[in-house]
Amino acid sequence: MLIVEDLHKTYSTPQGPLPVLRGANLTLGDGETLAMMGDSGSGKSTLLHLVAGLDAADAGTIRLGETDIAALDDAARALLRRNRIGVVFQQFNLIASLTVQANLAFQAKLAGRYDESWQSELTERLGLSDVGARYPEQLSGGQQQRVAIGRALAARPELLLTDEPTGNLDVETGEAVMQLTLDLVARTGCTLLMVTHSASIAGMLARQVRLDRGRLV
Amino acid sequence: MIHILKTLLSHWRRHPMQLVALLVGLTIATALWSGVQALNAQARDSYNKAAQLLGGDRVESLTLVNGALFSDKAFAELRRAGWIVSPVLEGQVRVNGKSLRVIGIDPLSLPRAAALATPATGTEISEDGKGFQSFLTRPWQSLIALSTMEQFGLGTDAPAITETGITLPALTAAENVTPGILVMDVGAAQSVLEAVGKLSRLLIDPDAKTSTTPLEDATSIPLQRTSESEVSGDLNRLTDSFHLNLTAFGMLAFLVGLFIVYSAITLAFEQRLPMLRTLRACGVSALTLTIALLLELLTLALIGGITGVALGYLIAVALMPDVATSLGGLYGAQVSGSLALSPSWWSAGLGMSMIGALAASSYSLAKAYWMPPLATAQRFAWREAQERRLNWQSGIALALLGLAIILYLFGNGLVVGFAILAALLVAGALALPPLLSLILRVGESHAGGPVSQWFWADSRMQLSGLSVALMAMLLALAANIGVGTMVDGFRKTFNDWLDQRLVAEIYLDSLDETRFDAVMSWLDLREDVTVLLPKNRVDVRIEGWPVRVLGFVDHESYRDYWPMKAANPDLWDAVLSDEAILVSEQLAQRLTLRLDDTISIGEWQPRIVGIYPDYGNPKGQISANIDTVAHYFPDAGPGGIGVRTDDDNIESLMEALRTQFNFTGSEMIDQASLKAFSKGIFEKTFAVTAALNVLTMLVAGIAMFMSLLTLSEMRLPQLAPLWAGGLTRRKLAMLELGKTIALALFTAMLAVPLGLLVAWCLIAVVNVQAFGWRLPFHVFPYQWIWLVALAILTAFVASLMPTLRLRTIAPMRLLRVFANER
Ligand SMILES: Nc1ncnc2c1ncn2[C@@H]1O[C@H](COP(=O)(O)OP(=O)(O)O)[C@@H](O)[C@H]1O
Ligand SMILES: [Mg+2]
Repeated sequence: MLIVEDLHKTYSTPQGPLPVLRGANLTLGDGETLAMMGDSGSGKSTLLHLVAGLDAADAGTIRLGETDIAALDDAARALLRRNRIGVVFQQFNLIASLTVQANLAFQAKLAGRYDESWQSELTERLGLSDVGARYPEQLSGGQQQRVAIGRALAARPELLLTDEPTGNLDVETGEAVMQLTLDLVARTGCTLLMVTHSASIAGMLARQVRLDRGRLV
Repeated sequence: MIHILKTLLSHWRRHPMQLVALLVGLTIATALWSGVQALNAQARDSYNKAAQLLGGDRVESLTLVNGALFSDKAFAELRRAGWIVSPVLEGQVRVNGKSLRVIGIDPLSLPRAAALATPATGTEISEDGKGFQSFLTRPWQSLIALSTMEQFGLGTDAPAITETGITLPALTAAENVTPGILVMDVGAAQSVLEAVGKLSRLLIDPDAKTSTTPLEDATSIPLQRTSESEVSGDLNRLTDSFHLNLTAFGMLAFLVGLFIVYSAITLAFEQRLPMLRTLRACGVSALTLTIALLLELLTLALIGGITGVALGYLIAVALMPDVATSLGGLYGAQVSGSLALSPSWWSAGLGMSMIGALAASSYSLAKAYWMPPLATAQRFAWREAQERRLNWQSGIALALLGLAIILYLFGNGLVVGFAILAALLVAGALALPPLLSLILRVGESHAGGPVSQWFWADSRMQLSGLSVALMAMLLALAANIGVGTMVDGFRKTFNDWLDQRLVAEIYLDSLDETRFDAVMSWLDLREDVTVLLPKNRVDVRIEGWPVRVLGFVDHESYRDYWPMKAANPDLWDAVLSDEAILVSEQLAQRLTLRLDDTISIGEWQPRIVGIYPDYGNPKGQISANIDTVAHYFPDAGPGGIGVRTDDDNIESLMEALRTQFNFTGSEMIDQASLKAFSKGIFEKTFAVTAALNVLTMLVAGIAMFMSLLTLSEMRLPQLAPLWAGGLTRRKLAMLELGKTIALALFTAMLAVPLGLLVAWCLIAVVNVQAFGWRLPFHVFPYQWIWLVALAILTAFVASLMPTLRLRTIAPMRLLRVFANER
C-alpha cells in the first residue's frame, strides 16, 4: 500500500522559488498499476523521485506499508531503495562496467534476494539470453530498457517506479516492452507507478491520473 | 581561423582544471629539465673558464712528467735559446677552512691567447693607478672573483691570511678570474706557496715563432710538452658522469611531466570530439582544423614554457650551492655558487616545452586530421578495446625489455647504460596497465557480493583513464627506489669501507719535504706513537688518465685491514718487491686491467697482484711499496703520514704536534673528523639527488591529482545507477577512494621490483661505466615501506577533493543523469 499525502516540493532557481508539487495526494493498493500523465514540466519526475526516496520532500508524507519515506534519512532511504523499491528511468539505467548478466543480477544480489530460477526465467522472458555476456554499450535501446526492467524486477520489489521507460523507444518497441513489463509485474504481484506521456501506454494500466498544477486529479 | 580558434578555446573556459593540468604539466616538465641544464651549464662554464685562464687548448705547456715543480732556471735557459715561454706556478692555499687555487703568472710574457692576458685584466691591474707596477712588485696584488671573495668571507680592506700563517697579497676583485682562483705574479706565488725558485710549468706562446733549438738542447731539465686540453679535459672527463646523472634525472622528470600533458591533451581532445565534428560538418577542412589545434597547443606550450623556465631557474638557484660543494669535494672542481644564464638556455627551455607538447599531442593531432566528420558506431565494447590496447602495450613492453637485455649483453659504455635504464623504465610503465588489469581480473573473479564485483570491474574500466597518472607514479616510485637503493647502498658500503680503510688514528698531510722529515723523526721518538705509516706519492698519467701513485710501508695494519676486491694470495709479500703493485678498482675498470696483468709506467713494468675499492675517488690510484716508488720516481713527494696511537692518547698527541709544528686544520686530522669530512661530501651529492627525487614524486602526485579531478567529472553516469539502486553517496565516495588507493597500492607494489631492477642497472651498469666501481647490492626494505606509504598518501590526498565532493553532491545532479533534458 502506497499512500502519498499533501506532498510539497519547491525548487529554488535563479529566477526565484519554483513550486512544483503543491499538496499532491495519491493512494495505490498492493498489486495495483497506475499511470501518471501530465504536461512536460508538471512535476511527474519530481513526484517519482520523492516516492523513490531519491530526493527529500519539503512537506507531506509518503507511506509505503508502515514506512514513512519522507521522514527517513539518507542512509535509510538508500536501504529502502535497495530492498523494497525498483526504479527504471528513461536512460542511463545500467552499470557500464558490468555485463548484461551482472547488471540483471545486481539489484537482487544487493537486496540479498537473488534467485537463480527467477533470474533465468526473467532473462528468458525478456529475450536477453543471447546477450548475457555483452556490455550495455553493445545493446540496442530496447534491449537496454529490458535489462533495466529485468534488473528492477529480479529483486522482487514491493513497488516498481518507472519514469518514461519507453520514451526513447519507437512506438512498437515501446509497447512490446510495456506489455512484457506488465506481464512480469503481474507475475511478481508488485505495485507499479509509471510516468508516461503516451496515452496508449497509459491505457494498458489499470488506473490513470494526471498531474496538474502540483496536484493529482 | 580566429573564429575557429575562439570556438576551440571556449572548451577551456568550461573545463578550467584541464587547462591548469596542461599548463602545470608543461611547466613542471620544462622546469625540471631546464633547472638541471642550468646546473650543468653553470658547472661546465666554470671548468671552461678555468681552462681558458691560461689559454685553453691553443696553449701548450712544458712540464715535468710527474707534474712536480722544477727550478725556474729552466725559464732562463729556454729564453736564452729563443723559446718564447711564460712561467707559471700553481698550487693550493687554504683560507678560512677552504682551499683556493693559486696561479702565479708573469703578465709581461703571458701569451695573448690566455684569458688572463685580455685587456680586462690590464685595466683591473692598473685600476690602482700604478698600472702593472703594483701587480708585479712587492707587496704585490692578487686578483680574485668577487663571488669567491664573498664565499670565503674575504674583503679588500683586511689582509687575507692562509692557514699556514702567510699573508696573501692585497686582494683585488677581477671579473675575468674564475671562481675559486687567486691570480698573482709568479714571484708572489713563489713566496705564498713557499716554493721559491720553483715553477710548475712554462706556457708556450702559440702566436710566437717557435725556436729552432730542440727542447732537449735548450734546457737540462727533462721537460715535456703537454697541451692544456689534457689538463682541463680531466675535469670534464671526471665530472661527466656527475652531470650525466643530473641530466638523466632531468630527463626522467621531463618524461613524467609529459605524462600529465599527454593525459590532459587526450582528455580535452576526447571531450571536444563532438565540437570538432560539428566544425567539420560546418565546412572546416581537416587541415585547417589541425592547424588551429596546433596553434592553440603551441600558444599553451609557450605559456607553460615561460613559467617552466622561470621555475627551473629557481630550482637551479636552490640546488646550485649543494652541486658546487659536491663537485668541489669530489673532483676539486671550482664552481661558482651563483647562477648566470645565457639567452640560449632560456630559448632551449622554451624549445623543450614546445617539443614536449608536440610529442604529447601528436596522437591526438593525427586523430583530428584523419577523423571522419561523422561519428561511427563503436566497433568494440570497452573491454575489447581495452584488451586490444593492453595487448599492444604488453607487446611493446616486452620488446623494450628484450632491447634492454640485448643492450646489456652486447652494449658498452655509459650511454648504453642509460639507454638500458630508459628502456627498463618505459617497459615498466607500459607493462603497468596490463599487470594492473590482471590483478583486477583476479580480484573480480574472487569477488563475492555485487558491490565488490562492480568495484573490480569498474576499476578495470577506469584503468584506461587513470593509467597515465599511474604510470607517472610508477616511474617516480621506481626511480626513487632505484636511486635510493643505490645511494643507501653506496652510503653503507662507503661507511663500512671507510671504517676498514682508515686504520690510523691521526693523519698528517700537505707536508713539504723538510717538514715531513722533521715530523717523522720527532714522531719516531714519541712513546705514545705505536705505529708510523708514512707514504710518498707522485702523480703520473697512464694512457691519458691521471693516476696517483702512492708508496706505503709494509705493515700488518694494511695486511689485516685493507679490503681487496680481488687479490692474489701472496699479495703483501709480492708488493714488497718492486715487481708488484695494487691498483684501484676504477683504474682497473678504466684500463681493463685484471690480476696478473702488467702495466708500464715509464720504465717501470709492475704486475698487478691486488685490486682494491677506492670509492669516491675520481682519479685512478696505484699503491706500491714506498721504496719502489722512491726508486722509480726520484722526485716523488711526501704523501702524508698515518699515526697510530691508543685512543686515550689521540688528543694529547695532536696537541703536542700542534704546538711543535704549528699544524693547521688541513694538515692534521683525526680519524673521526676525516670520516665525517668524507661522509659530508657525499651527503651533499645525495642531497641533490634527494631533492630531485622529491620533485619527481611531487610531479607524480600532481599527475594523479589532475587525472582524478578531470575524471571525477565523468564519473557521475557510472555512479548514478548504483545510487538509484540503493547505495548511499557516502558509500560510493568510500568505494571511489578505496579504488584509487587500491590502484596506487598495486602500482607501488609493482614499483618495488621495477625499482630494484633500476637499482641493479645503476649499480651494475651505470656506476661501473661512470665511476669505475661496482657496489655490492644491498636492499633496504624500510625504503619500500616508506615509499608505498607515500604512494598511498599521495593517492589519498589526490582523491580527497573528488571524494568529499561526491559525498555531499546534490541528489539532483545525480538525477539529472537519468533525465532526457540533460
Ligand atoms: N533540481 C531542480 N532544480 C530546479 N528546478 C527543477 C529541478 N528539477 C526539476 N525542476 C523543474 O521543476 C519542474 C518539474 O520538473 P519535472 O518533475 O522533471 O517535470 P516532468 O517530469 O513532469 O517533465 C520543471 O519546470 C523543471 O524545470
Ligand atoms: Mg520527467
